[in-house]
Amino acid sequence: MKLTSEAAREQMFTRRTLFVGAATGGLGLVLAGRMAYLSIFEQEKYKLLAEDNRVSVRLIPPRRGWIVDRNGKPLAVNQPDYRLELIPEQIADLEQTLADLTRLLRLPPEEIARIREAAATQPKYLPIQVASGISWNDFAAINVRLPDYDGVQPVRGFTRYYPDGQAVGHLLGYVGAPTREQYLAADRDPLYLHPAFRLGKDGIEKVLDVPLRGKAGARRVEVNARGRVIRELSTVNDTPGKTVKLTIDRDLQSFAARRLGPESGSVVVIDVWTGDVLTLVSMPAFDPNAFSDGISHKEWNTLMADDHNPLINKTVQGLYPPGSTFKPVTALAALEYGISPDATVHCPGAYYLGSHRFACWRRGGHGSVGLDKSIFQSCNVYYYTRGREIGIERIASMAKRLGLGHAYEGLSLPAQREGLVPTPEWKRRRYDKEWLTGETLNTAIGQGYMLTSPLQLAVMSARIASGRSVVPRLVSGGSTPGTIDVDPEHLARVRYAMGLTVNGPQGTAGRSRLPIPIQMAGKTGTAQVRALTSATRGANYRSIPWKYRDHGHFIAFAPVEEPRYAVSVVVEHGGGGSIAAAPIAKDVMTFLFAPEIATAALEKLEEGWGREAAQREAVAAAAARAAASAPADSEPIPDA
Amino acid sequence: MLNSAIPERLQALPWLMLLTLLALGGFGLAVLYSAAGGHMRPWAFNQGIRFAIFFVMALAMSQVPLSWWLRAAYPAYGAVLLMLLGVEILGAVGGGSQRWLDLGIIRLQPSELMKIAIVLALARYFHYLPRVETQRWGSLIAPAILIGLPMALVMLQPDLGTALSIAFGGVVIVFLAGARMSLFVGGSAALVAAVPIAINFLHDYQRRRILIFLDPDADPLGAGYHITQSKIAIGSGGLSGKGFLSGTQSHLQYLPELHTDFIFATMAEEWGLLGMFFVLACYAILLGWGFSVALRARNPFARLTAAGLTCTLFFFVFVNLAMVMGFAPVVGIPLPLMSYGGSAMMTAMILIGILLSIDRQREETTIGEGPSSF
Repeated sequence: MKLTSEAAREQMFTRRTLFVGAATGGLGLVLAGRMAYLSIFEQEKYKLLAEDNRVSVRLIPPRRGWIVDRNGKPLAVNQPDYRLELIPEQIADLEQTLADLTRLLRLPPEEIARIREAAATQPKYLPIQVASGISWNDFAAINVRLPDYDGVQPVRGFTRYYPDGQAVGHLLGYVGAPTREQYLAADRDPLYLHPAFRLGKDGIEKVLDVPLRGKAGARRVEVNARGRVIRELSTVNDTPGKTVKLTIDRDLQSFAARRLGPESGSVVVIDVWTGDVLTLVSMPAFDPNAFSDGISHKEWNTLMADDHNPLINKTVQGLYPPGSTFKPVTALAALEYGISPDATVHCPGAYYLGSHRFACWRRGGHGSVGLDKSIFQSCNVYYYTRGREIGIERIASMAKRLGLGHAYEGLSLPAQREGLVPTPEWKRRRYDKEWLTGETLNTAIGQGYMLTSPLQLAVMSARIASGRSVVPRLVSGGSTPGTIDVDPEHLARVRYAMGLTVNGPQGTAGRSRLPIPIQMAGKTGTAQVRALTSATRGANYRSIPWKYRDHGHFIAFAPVEEPRYAVSVVVEHGGGGSIAAAPIAKDVMTFLFAPEIATAALEKLEEGWGREAAQREAVAAAAARAAASAPADSEPIPDA
Repeated sequence: MLNSAIPERLQALPWLMLLTLLALGGFGLAVLYSAAGGHMRPWAFNQGIRFAIFFVMALAMSQVPLSWWLRAAYPAYGAVLLMLLGVEILGAVGGGSQRWLDLGIIRLQPSELMKIAIVLALARYFHYLPRVETQRWGSLIAPAILIGLPMALVMLQPDLGTALSIAFGGVVIVFLAGARMSLFVGGSAALVAAVPIAINFLHDYQRRRILIFLDPDADPLGAGYHITQSKIAIGSGGLSGKGFLSGTQSHLQYLPELHTDFIFATMAEEWGLLGMFFVLACYAILLGWGFSVALRARNPFARLTAAGLTCTLFFFVFVNLAMVMGFAPVVGIPLPLMSYGGSAMMTAMILIGILLSIDRQREETTIGEGPSSF
């Protein structure tokens, strides 16, 4: 169109303006439609999203159930604890915040590194623990400054506390933050991501984790876009975990741990009628309290480097040849075979199998040895002879009936080891070789392939003492055990002989009689770590490096006439059972009947080796120096 | 004309439109009051003072003779262009983007004023352009330069939203002035073809905004957060809203810039669809009035200015609403008359003042001293 006149120009303007106006009107309608669509048809969806925005559910980790001993005394409890957490996505300047917190809390560099790493790797909305166990003063100081720190939140929580520390380390285990694998295995349970949530990682804490754990609570809070809580909407309290009552006697446990003192070893005490484990101590141990908040690399490395293996629960994981503590088993097998207890064997100091010489621990021999003497004098030749007569199968059968060679189902401890009761069938399977008679001889005195854990020795001792098929248990309850398939008269005879070991005039553990009017029965044992010449036994014993010294074993029960408690003591590299293990068993057993006397005896001992670890090391070092210069005592050491 | 009695002049004002304006502004203040958690400070009070001052200013501007606007068109354009240049130089010196001139009393944003200056300048150009020249290609060279210069300067700031609005205002006038239809058809086609190239010239953050606009869920906590939260605010309001002072999205700070660019979402959450329709209706009345002023005006300058300014106002309203509803990328354009901020309020009120002035003098066929066309 040619714009020939002003009218034409005006007409064009009008048309085009109307077109533009219509277009704007159209777009306006589109906007109106969009508004209606969002607020009518999608209202539900956006309402939910707005609510999601507004309301945040904060999990409250459940308080872990207590672990108490048989008398209700606490073994593991929860201690209130002030912690500080930070949420990376709410923090504008992480470095600045970390610097400030470092100053306020005196955080060590490795902690800062840990926080940085967590901030870099885990989802940004998850809280990271900055510090725990903050003192009230520091906590208050931080609370005052908190408005300046978005994304940093104080938390009042609980940490696991074990009043007895190391004494219960192996028994109870420890708690720790869940690993990524555990989180995935738990179907990504959000509780696992809570910085205060702890899982049982070992021992009772691990096995009974589910009942101990409880149920998480939740706090519904209104939060702003930066995650700051504006107000609380509602709270569902957590359900604390169940209190678990153990069969353990806390005082005895703690006493036994102290009594082991500087030694590396274990003490197990079992109620011979029920199987209740009163004490399960393995020393040295870690302090489970050190793990509650996460253990440092340094602490961990120290534990790893210790040649006394503080990380291994020797009561169920330590395997040793039982040595002479096994002799009652062979004795029972012989009785069952029909050998009269009064039938004697002549011990000239050694037994010959063909041209091979099997030595008795007493070079001069025991002379004429019957069953009683074979036990209280621990004569090897007697057992070589009987072992050869009855054969390996009968010995193995008796050993198994007495609880050796297998793990105990239902015992609430992880990582039990089964030990080994060797048989010809086993040897064929394992080595594809025939059983040798000499191996029967070795097995008869508890050497060779035979392996037992201290717990198994205690069970064996308890079964001999009661004639019941006791199975160790750590949690109260359950049925009373039935009888074992062993002639009660045979058991009575062996018990009598074991009584003589401690109380007879010539018993190998004669020095470990109880200082109270109750008699203990026992059996010493020494497990060779490496064949020692008789020259290095006895007099020059202390010149042998610690790790090559024999393990000392002792099993016992008391009272002899009507046994109630069975004890097994293993002292690694402690030398013979009579010098290393029996005195410990004596004190532990004494504690059961007369705690004051036992405690007094212990305190006297502790003066010798030092109550505190540092003191202990100093004493040990002094002793080592003294041993190097002064002539060692030349008292003969009985037993093998 | 200035000697007519004041009451008579007041009576002549378009009161329905002015009441709408007051309603809109007042509603904006209520939303700002709520956005501050039920407090006059920091926003509602300042904005109320500003609104009152600028409203009176607009009324005063309604009394300005048309010839003044015509005469002022080029000098104003030139002055604003110089200011833009000044901002650009200062910005370059200061290192970084700078959009305002600090004049001591007020921090003036020249790009805001350019939205109006470009309309006036182009209207004047076409006002004096001989009819026969209107459809010649050669006559488009000057408008292209007039539009291109400020656009380039604003793009450099960089402020894509404002640059586009300047272009929009200019192109609308060229269209309404009667340039060949083929120019616009071809131009649109060329523009579509140029989009991929243009994207290359965008800043990274601008490009990201556009990509995220296309898929806000791709980055729900980052750049897509604005759009997502805004849609949640609008959608969760429902028909009648969550109630005054009860918006959770806004009060719990989920909504970004709740008092400026996203004020419509803040409002929608508490007042719902009814509130949104109310605001939309207010703008419809204002814009409808603006177009009617353009249609009734009797000379080219007045017509073009009125239509151009109305379209500029529409552009702001539309882009802002489309943005908060997830229809357009987040470009940082305030909602005229409601969003908190001095420069935007001033621009909107100047625009309305000029429209009022044209409305009052719509019967003038010639402007001041000379003929509308020679």
